[in-house]
Amino acid sequence: MSELAKDTPRPHWSFLSQNAMQLFYRLLAAFLICAVLSILSDSFLNLGNILNVLRQASLTFFIASGLTLVVLTAGLDLSVGANVALSACLAGMVIHQTGSPTLGILTGLLAGGAVGLMNGVMVTAMRIPSFIATYGMLWVLNGVTYWYMAGETIHGFPAGFRLIGSGYFLGLPIPVYLLLVFLAIGSLFAHRTVWGQEIYAIGANPVAARLSGIPVSRRLLLVYTVSGTMAGLASIIFLSRLNSAEADIGESLTLPAIAAVLIGGTSLFGGVGTIFGTFVGSLILTLVLNGMNLLSINANWQPLVTGIIVIIAVWLDMKTRRPAS
Amino acid sequence: MSDSAEITAAPPAPLLELRGISKQFPGVKALDDVSFAVYPGEVHMLLGENGAGKSSLMKILCGAYSADAGEVYYKGEKVDVSSTAEARKLGIAVIFQEFSLVPFLDIAQNIFLGREPKGRWPGIIDRRRILRDAKRVLDSIGFEIDPSVVVDTLGVAQQQMVEIAKAISQDARILVMDEPTAALSDREADLLFALIGRLKADGVAIVYISHRMAEVFAIGDRITVLRDGRRIDQLRPADVTPDHLVRMMVGRNVDMSYPRHFAERPGEVVLQVKGLSAATGISDIDIEVRRGEIVGLCGLVGSGRTEVARAIFGADPVSEGEIIFDGKPIAGEPDVAARRGIALIPESRKSEGLALLRSVGDNLVVAALNKLFPRRLYDPSDAQRTADGLIRQLRIATPSARQAVGLLSGGNQQKVVIGKWLAAGAKLFIFDEPTRGIDVGAKSEIFALIDRLVAEGAAALMISSEQIEICHVCDRAYVMRDGRIAGHLTRSELTEENIVRLGMHDE
Repeated sequence: MSELAKDTPRPHWSFLSQNAMQLFYRLLAAFLICAVLSILSDSFLNLGNILNVLRQASLTFFIASGLTLVVLTAGLDLSVGANVALSACLAGMVIHQTGSPTLGILTGLLAGGAVGLMNGVMVTAMRIPSFIATYGMLWVLNGVTYWYMAGETIHGFPAGFRLIGSGYFLGLPIPVYLLLVFLAIGSLFAHRTVWGQEIYAIGANPVAARLSGIPVSRRLLLVYTVSGTMAGLASIIFLSRLNSAEADIGESLTLPAIAAVLIGGTSLFGGVGTIFGTFVGSLILTLVLNGMNLLSINANWQPLVTGIIVIIAVWLDMKTRRPAS
Repeated sequence: MSDSAEITAAPPAPLLELRGISKQFPGVKALDDVSFAVYPGEVHMLLGENGAGKSSLMKILCGAYSADAGEVYYKGEKVDVSSTAEARKLGIAVIFQEFSLVPFLDIAQNIFLGREPKGRWPGIIDRRRILRDAKRVLDSIGFEIDPSVVVDTLGVAQQQMVEIAKAISQDARILVMDEPTAALSDREADLLFALIGRLKADGVAIVYISHRMAEVFAIGDRITVLRDGRRIDQLRPADVTPDHLVRMMVGRNVDMSYPRHFAERPGEVVLQVKGLSAATGISDIDIEVRRGEIVGLCGLVGSGRTEVARAIFGADPVSEGEIIFDGKPIAGEPDVAARRGIALIPESRKSEGLALLRSVGDNLVVAALNKLFPRRLYDPSDAQRTADGLIRQLRIATPSARQAVGLLSGGNQQKVVIGKWLAAGAKLFIFDEPTRGIDVGAKSEIFALIDRLVAEGAAALMISSEQIEICHVCDRAYVMRDGRIAGHLTRSELTEENIVRLGMHDE
């Protein structure tokens, strides 16, 4: 730990030095939760359960990682859950009609990305605050999905397609590999590309970013489109795992994704946060819910516990973050 | 210090006296045994470079900080100013540079915010009474305006008047003003000085922080000079010269004349603006800037100087006209201008120039990301090297490139803003009030930097409200009036009188 905190003359890894402490605390919290659960419940440290937690966390992470980019620009995307539902239903329909999982996957990704792009257009060209634009989009998407599905359920997909969500490779669920891939891509994008740097700069001060020659509108379009595309990706994994699509599958996804972003240490004011933090946030959230299931605590308590964790995590961030002046 | 006849009006006891005040922050002694007294009916100028301790002293006066050592006396009695409420009770009010008005409330509501007169029903404000009371306060400071006007629609000078009215309505006897003319035009400043004169006559004591030498001599009754947290001297304007004051402030000799290597023969035209108009209120602007030149853009605040700068940089849309840069027309958003080699150093450094919470290093490379990483792969150690190089080259005082830029002094922050455009390799630098809120020593450093830039082949367009700076630094200057170019002054015609004459509304 002291190695990271010290001012070394080596490469400065600005994201690490700024966020190392916060990430460390989060990982510590995750380990503590694991330790407590393994004492309280015999079934926690069982391989099946661990893999289940990871798969569960990966679903939250896919949505939350795209959302993290939006939040880094001081925006919010409230339409991700509704986007997952619409994309899943469209993808499911295409697979049923054409019998081609590839076409279905493409449909899901494109639908998700298109919704994100529309969010981006509302935020940039129409200058609607992202909170309001994506809140409106949530209702529009729900409306379209309910009308399109008309109460139907699409059920039963080819076995090959179902492997994406429920298959294993070398003993690990496929979504866990996807999780690792997107965690790596997301972190590299955020910290090792010019786009990532520009996104942090926009979140820290959009006016100064624009006057420093950063094409703010184009970057915001990119960020909202990526967020939508990640929702599209999540929709494919959901579809494959549930083996069915219904209009209401997105309703319980948005708020946990936001919770994962916040627990992961990304500031709603923009400019501060990491994709890795969001991964740990997804993990903490899933661990706690998993633990409550294992301890047979009534599921009605879950929202309350989630809320308390979010509040404590954000409060601790505010306490430990260096003051501005 | 000899007590001359003119201050016999001042009673023997000061209104407020600080004795032996010290204040320690981690790593710095902000104030070291400072004593300071204000008498009723005087304007006490507080001078010092940024970081000299003026702000800390001001914050102790208004109860925002508490001193580690020392005592405060009010009318000879020892008092405790450990909270802003205590300070207000003693009649101490501070007019900060950033106003504390609520923008969407009207003037009357702002003046009586939090102490609205009670109406007949509990919780209901007597609107008629509040307007009447506000009018009376505004009249008493000679500010003629309808108190039901929403503050948001007022200019800076008028908002400042509202702040003063608010202080007066709270029976302020000691008014602390932090660079009150920084955002005012000359004429607005004159109105403020007239008001200060009236307040003095009423026995109000005024503590006035300024970076402008002319004001110190125009309205100051006494001067206290601070340097490095210590009181260097307390004297009267009559006993001192500006040069002497500057030496006391900086503790060394600073050349106030900003020597320049004027271009014998300027290079080719870099920027040509033809018939430029924009919805922001500028019309028919013709400007030409050549390589190796510093061209001034002057005029009153609000005459359209900043708008011209923003239009050239693409920050505001252009409605008519043409901008030719480096021989080719340019149009579009700031990213186009930045890529072509235009730099804008905006007027409000903190809100438009920097991301205050980000590091010095991040701020230094933000405009150069495309140039440093053409393949769009960001390399932190490359960025670090570039930042370290600029920190050395510009002598930016910071413990490291990782320090949050918001923690630096004004002059060093400005160096960071200029530095980011050096890294980007800009060919035309547009400076909008580059020395605002910067202390004397840092000012001459900034000018030396601009001089070096143009000597090395860049060009500069410089907006300044300090005519003396324009006269000393610029090769020539355009003067604006009411959104148009009112005239052009060559090097030999460049005098303060000529700038003022061209810039005045009623010539």
